[in-house]
Amino acid sequence: MSRIKVKLKEKDVLKLKEICKEFNNEPGELINVLHRSQEHFGYLPAEIQEVVAQELNISLAKVYGVVTFYSFFTMVPKGKHPISICTGTACYVRGAENVLHEFKKQLKIEVGQTTGDGKFSLSCLRCVGACGLAPVVMIGEKTYGRVSPDGVADILKEYAE
Amino acid sequence: MEKIKVKIDNHTLEVEKGTSILNAAKAAGIYIPTLCHMEMKDIGIDHKPGGCRICSVEVSGRRNLAPACATETADGMEVNTHSMRVINARRTIMEFILSDHPKDCLICPKSGDCDLQNMAIKLGIRQIPGQEFAAMSTYKTDESPSIIRDLDKCIMCRRCETMCNDLQTVGALSAFNRGFMSAVGPAFQMDIEDSPCTFCGQCVAVCPTGALTEHDHTRDVINALANPKKTVIVQTAPAVRAALGEEFGMPAGTLVTGQMVTALRELGFHYIFDTDFAADLTIMEEGTEFLDRLTKFLNGDKEVKMPILTSCCPAWVNFFEHNFPEMKDIPSTARSPQQMFGSIAKTYFADKINVKREDLVVVSIMPCLAKKYEAQRDEFKVNGNPDVDIVLSTRELARLIKQANLNLANLPESDFDHPLGESTGAAVIFGVTGGVIEAATRTAYEIYTGKSLPRISFDQLRGFEGIRAASVDLNGFELKIGIAHGLGNARKLLEDIKAGRSEFHAIEIMSCPGGCIGGGGQPLHHNNTDILKARIQAIYSEDDKKVIRKSHENPYIIKLYEEFLGKPLSHKSHELLHTNYFDRSSKIEIS
Ligand code: SF4
Ligand code: SF4
Ligand code: FES
Repeated sequence: MSRIKVKLKEKDVLKLKEICKEFNNEPGELINVLHRSQEHFGYLPAEIQEVVAQELNISLAKVYGVVTFYSFFTMVPKGKHPISICTGTACYVRGAENVLHEFKKQLKIEVGQTTGDGKFSLSCLRCVGACGLAPVVMIGEKTYGRVSPDGVADILKEYAE
Repeated sequence: MEKIKVKIDNHTLEVEKGTSILNAAKAAGIYIPTLCHMEMKDIGIDHKPGGCRICSVEVSGRRNLAPACATETADGMEVNTHSMRVINARRTIMEFILSDHPKDCLICPKSGDCDLQNMAIKLGIRQIPGQEFAAMSTYKTDESPSIIRDLDKCIMCRRCETMCNDLQTVGALSAFNRGFMSAVGPAFQMDIEDSPCTFCGQCVAVCPTGALTEHDHTRDVINALANPKKTVIVQTAPAVRAALGEEFGMPAGTLVTGQMVTALRELGFHYIFDTDFAADLTIMEEGTEFLDRLTKFLNGDKEVKMPILTSCCPAWVNFFEHNFPEMKDIPSTARSPQQMFGSIAKTYFADKINVKREDLVVVSIMPCLAKKYEAQRDEFKVNGNPDVDIVLSTRELARLIKQANLNLANLPESDFDHPLGESTGAAVIFGVTGGVIEAATRTAYEIYTGKSLPRISFDQLRGFEGIRAASVDLNGFELKIGIAHGLGNARKLLEDIKAGRSEFHAIEIMSCPGGCIGGGGQPLHHNNTDILKARIQAIYSEDDKKVIRKSHENPYIIKLYEEFLGKPLSHKSHELLHTNYFDRSSKIEIS
């Protein structure tokens, strides 16, 4: 019957209020506020959206609408090893789709999700400028070129602790 | 205003600078099809996202087709609204929209009155190429007591969003996601019942597809009527009689009170009663409460809360519970007429006919979707048994009548039953903006001044503007009255009260444009506000026809107090006819 109850640490709320203040609590600055918040917290869970909505005096539905419209915003924390698969034209033509499919299968997650143990997250990228190496996969700062579905298991093994 | 000349098809005409091609064409009597566009200027709505492109026209000198709704005319402009290129483009656009739309028209709740379906018929669509490429969304259907949301049918016109955000300032809805997955809904895709939605139904009233519809309860009524163990009674709200005829092809503003009563009797209801009776009762309770507060206030009581706000609109109640919980002591505690009726029916009337509460089924016919939600609130149940069992909207009643093969236009007129069917002119005007406060003023005036009214109608309280202010002379005391319809307007008056700027003694609030006659359960007006105005006229004409036009003179109300309630605001009245409100705002918990 009532809206979601939000739980946040006091210092996080203060930080969010500070960010909103930097942009004069202007409703028109929503995207910038969300950017800055994501930079600070790493992701934008419901709690953060609720505080931003209140501070900027925008409906929560609208904030959520913006977060889900732009692919650079995420509502789940990135994994310890964020995996990005390039789906730019060159990579796509060279089978990035199959590689992506294999990652999904092995990790049992969809794009935009993080594994239960918080280790890996999966996202897609537009061209990273390494078309010569297509298809390209990045894990954290490390780049893998000419990845084939068969190679996925070996790559993931590198991160087994 | 600067005038410019344009040529549309073969018509040359002068229009005001800034006029859209669509409106210029309309002025020349030329129809251009639209889907996403929605213009209702007199309630402040001008929605032209330019999204669907079905209104595409050819403008000479331009390479691309232009959306007529979102393109301004220019001096000397030549427009072709039906070249083969235009017709072809419209078809392709429509095929594209339909490739991402479910095909279960046969059993869709909007079927027969759906803008999208009508457009497909109009454009003669016979095939839908490209379906294999569309990744149709598969959202779960969200069923609340009032509204059903089937987002797979959403065509992203975003009309609902405009109604919820701009007209109502509720902000329950926003577009989310993108591409084939885009849809409109509450934050985090929560169920609408968990959102700040008020169930005003204004989004449903404008959705061009089956994405947003009322929760249909006609089956429940059929089952109740078919059950020999049940006594089934019905109450009809004032606004229903002024709109039901539209569903049977009658012009807007046709009053069908008598035919409606006959239809209900033919359907097999055991007693046909009138919510208007309960509206008279509301005036007795709310009016007395108001005079009580006013007298205290005038005697310098600092505790008493002013102004008093009406409480008969359940969407409005939901609105302040969510958005202004700190002010929940200000509205009258009087229940809505629907709930007063249910409460009296299941006590006083049930005793009279010697039927157990559990065996009496109270059905109400309402112009409203919020009443469906209201009826299932826990405060309005006794041992789990609701005072009002089933609520149908005007549209659903029309469906039921059609299922019984009755043609409203051909039915003879008949009268409501006694005792809960007798009402006054004061009660019928509850259906329009300004009506509740006018009805209350008629009674308050006579009780306060001890004199009878020289003239019964208060023209200063009538009108269509979103916020109105008027004053009434009560024996030298100037009673200041505020009126708002539409929740955005209500919000302004509330902000004033909160800031201590409000001068009013009493305020009437209705959530829907025009009052209940513009409710979310009424026949669809397809963005034509003239229909709302015609219904308002119909309601006032019913008031004029009534012999008794003041609530406190209703003989059956007088009898109800004598036999059962005692007097207004008595212990029994409080128990059966009043309520209390809850804080339903969201709070940020800090851990
Ligand atoms: S739910 Fe209906 S009114 Fe809202 S955007 Fe979709 S089609 Fe339009
Ligand atoms: S019913 Fe009213 S408040 Fe609820 S979503 Fe629709 S327009 Fe908004
Ligand atoms: S009606 Fe003009 S773009 Fe939709």
